[in-house]
Amino acid sequence: MNAESKIELGTLTVSTSPHIRCEESISKIMWTVNAALAPAALFSVYQFGMGAFSNLILCIVAAVGAEYLILKWQGKPMVANDGSAFLTGLLLAMNIPSTLPWYMPFLGAVVAIGIAKHTMGGLGYNIFNPALVGRAFLLASWPIAMTTWPSMASKVDGMTSATPLGILKLQGYEKLVQVFGDQAVMYKSLFFGTRSGSMGETSAILLLLGGIFLIYKGYIKWQVPVFMIGTVGLMTFVFGGKAGLFTGDPILNMMSGGLILGAFFMATDMVTIPITTKGQIIFAVGAGLLTVLIRLLGGYPEGVCYAILLMNCVTPLIDRLVKPVKYGARR
Amino acid sequence: MVKSFRGGVHPDDRKRFTAAKAIETMPVPDKVIIPVRQHIGAPCAPIVKVGDLVKKGQVIAETQAFVASPIHASTSGKVVEIADYPHPVFGCCSAIVIESDGQDEWAEGLPLTRDWRTMDSAAIKNAIRQAGLVGMGGATFPTHVKMSPPPEKKLDTFILNAAECEPYLTADHRVMLEQTDRIITGILIAMKALGVKEGYIGIEDNKPDAIEAMRKAVDNIVELSVVPLKTKYPQGAEKTLIYVITGKEVPSGGLPMDVGVVVQNVGTAVAIANAVEKGLPLIERVTTVTGGCITEPKNLLLRIGTTFEQAILFCNGLKEQPAKLIMGGPMMGMAQSTVNVPIIKGTSGILVLSAKDVNHGEERPCIRCGRCVDACPMGLIPSMLSILGERGKFQEAKAEYDLLDCVECGSCVYVCPAKRNIVHYIKLSKAQNAAMAAKK
Repeated sequence: MNAESKIELGTLTVSTSPHIRCEESISKIMWTVNAALAPAALFSVYQFGMGAFSNLILCIVAAVGAEYLILKWQGKPMVANDGSAFLTGLLLAMNIPSTLPWYMPFLGAVVAIGIAKHTMGGLGYNIFNPALVGRAFLLASWPIAMTTWPSMASKVDGMTSATPLGILKLQGYEKLVQVFGDQAVMYKSLFFGTRSGSMGETSAILLLLGGIFLIYKGYIKWQVPVFMIGTVGLMTFVFGGKAGLFTGDPILNMMSGGLILGAFFMATDMVTIPITTKGQIIFAVGAGLLTVLIRLLGGYPEGVCYAILLMNCVTPLIDRLVKPVKYGARR
Repeated sequence: MVKSFRGGVHPDDRKRFTAAKAIETMPVPDKVIIPVRQHIGAPCAPIVKVGDLVKKGQVIAETQAFVASPIHASTSGKVVEIADYPHPVFGCCSAIVIESDGQDEWAEGLPLTRDWRTMDSAAIKNAIRQAGLVGMGGATFPTHVKMSPPPEKKLDTFILNAAECEPYLTADHRVMLEQTDRIITGILIAMKALGVKEGYIGIEDNKPDAIEAMRKAVDNIVELSVVPLKTKYPQGAEKTLIYVITGKEVPSGGLPMDVGVVVQNVGTAVAIANAVEKGLPLIERVTTVTGGCITEPKNLLLRIGTTFEQAILFCNGLKEQPAKLIMGGPMMGMAQSTVNVPIIKGTSGILVLSAKDVNHGEERPCIRCGRCVDACPMGLIPSMLSILGERGKFQEAKAEYDLLDCVECGSCVYVCPAKRNIVHYIKLSKAQNAAMAAKK
């Protein structure tokens, strides 16, 4: 063996190739998604006032707090600051009315993190979107509080406290248009968010901008929102009208409810959707179909939450069946 | 149009440190350490004893096995030791240590002069075998074996792999600029031996000067053409390169010859020219010594058996605390634990990387983001392979997720935001499957 080295090496890491990595990390992705949601979240505070603000804070603090305590208790690496629990809290807050009493958002966030995420094994292992599980839990526990929305009297005269989809379901399309005045005003207020609804689902434009930013960053694929929203638009146009086939209003259906929020920010949650682009398209179309099914035939006016949760169930199946074409298989 | 393939990644190529530096010949060190195994296949056995005097180019270790290449003395001097030494690929290997006599004298009859145009295929292949040629891109598969397909395989295409897609490395780039004609001669010799009429030279478009030089050199040669390739890793992986240039895919578990193609590396082409025309054995090679810690990165012409330490000192040593020492490129090279390993026939680069260059990070659970799936040039699901490997489900990885089709290019690990060591789990799974198969 050689004598002592003339080069001062210190401690060398000997590990498998590759020896260089890109700059991405889980926390960078998560905080970027949070940032993409921030404009819509801030708009909800402007729109709904202190109730929305306290909900945001409650959900986020409860989610991150629960994550911190569970990681600590389990002796796992402390990653509560990676932005994923923050994102769950933020998404949950955007999926609920601003008028809930304080303990509801708090409990919703604890269920989202504690049950939906950590009983499955934590980040990366959960089958269902945690924020949506939190929302489903609240909807099942306090159905009235969860479907009572703040009145938007100041913004749209005569608006009841039901959401546009609620009015559509119970009173029909003509009544809905009447509430807004005319169709153009209705589309405009849906687009800019001056209408009632859950905190984060009101402003289509801000959610779209956030979503497009994430597509540009490569964190989500355009196929998911396009196919999900497109499916809802197509199916509601065909089957959504009272006057027969092809008389529905696809624009209303695409811009209302939690569809844009769901399609850009929850049907794209990488942990709970298929891993291949092809699989994600199947997922998005399925979620769109289920959304329409619930909206048109179900008891609820809105179906995005359950549609995504149901498609989460079949994600492992889609992943087993839909694989990329392997090199050498084509010839 | 520049050609490309599906998947792949775009790391900063970091070739700027050495791309413009001409190849420098490093003086023969006082002592060379020559391992008896520098190729994939059967190891050679020493045929010299301690105390023997050897000449440059003399065979010092050989074997009768077909899949093997003889080993030659890389300078003249005295055999002072035959013992186990650290080896950059196999960890530890028997090596012949030669103390240089300072004369650097060729063995009798070397170099000779031969006209390859008058030689037949068998004579060319024999010359290549005698010279101990192996794939110099890093795989070190014996060249004469690669060039001897079974008779039922009909070859029609020769590809020179001049992509040099690994970041940092510039050895092939410099050889293309400085020994253009030797490369062309090597290609023509190989094509003659193989009986193929079509030859392509694939070069990534981050080397416009090399594309230009090679284009000029093949101007009057109808059989050869230069194919500019998009700069994207792993453009130079054999299978992706074949697909990009010929549009054919090597079948799963198959070899390039199954689609009528033989691929050789730039350095190997020069070695073929030298072996066949001059009878020169493979005793030196061009290696890029670079990385954030090297004081003065260089492209060096080095004797086989020079230690990494000697080469690094010739580049004025280190200017920074190293985190990793690597033989080869940063994507597929092998991490070393000591600088006392010798340069072997497959040493395309010596990298000394700082912690900042490396950027490993903490490994976390897979978040199923799918970036690895999009990056995989083989169309696999690397995330599942890593999870199955981590859980010890090696057979499932092989049976259901095409473990054995992985070429270990490392693209998946490069893009992984969870910093998962996917290739590590894949290598582990492959080894475990091989061990299970061996038991049966």
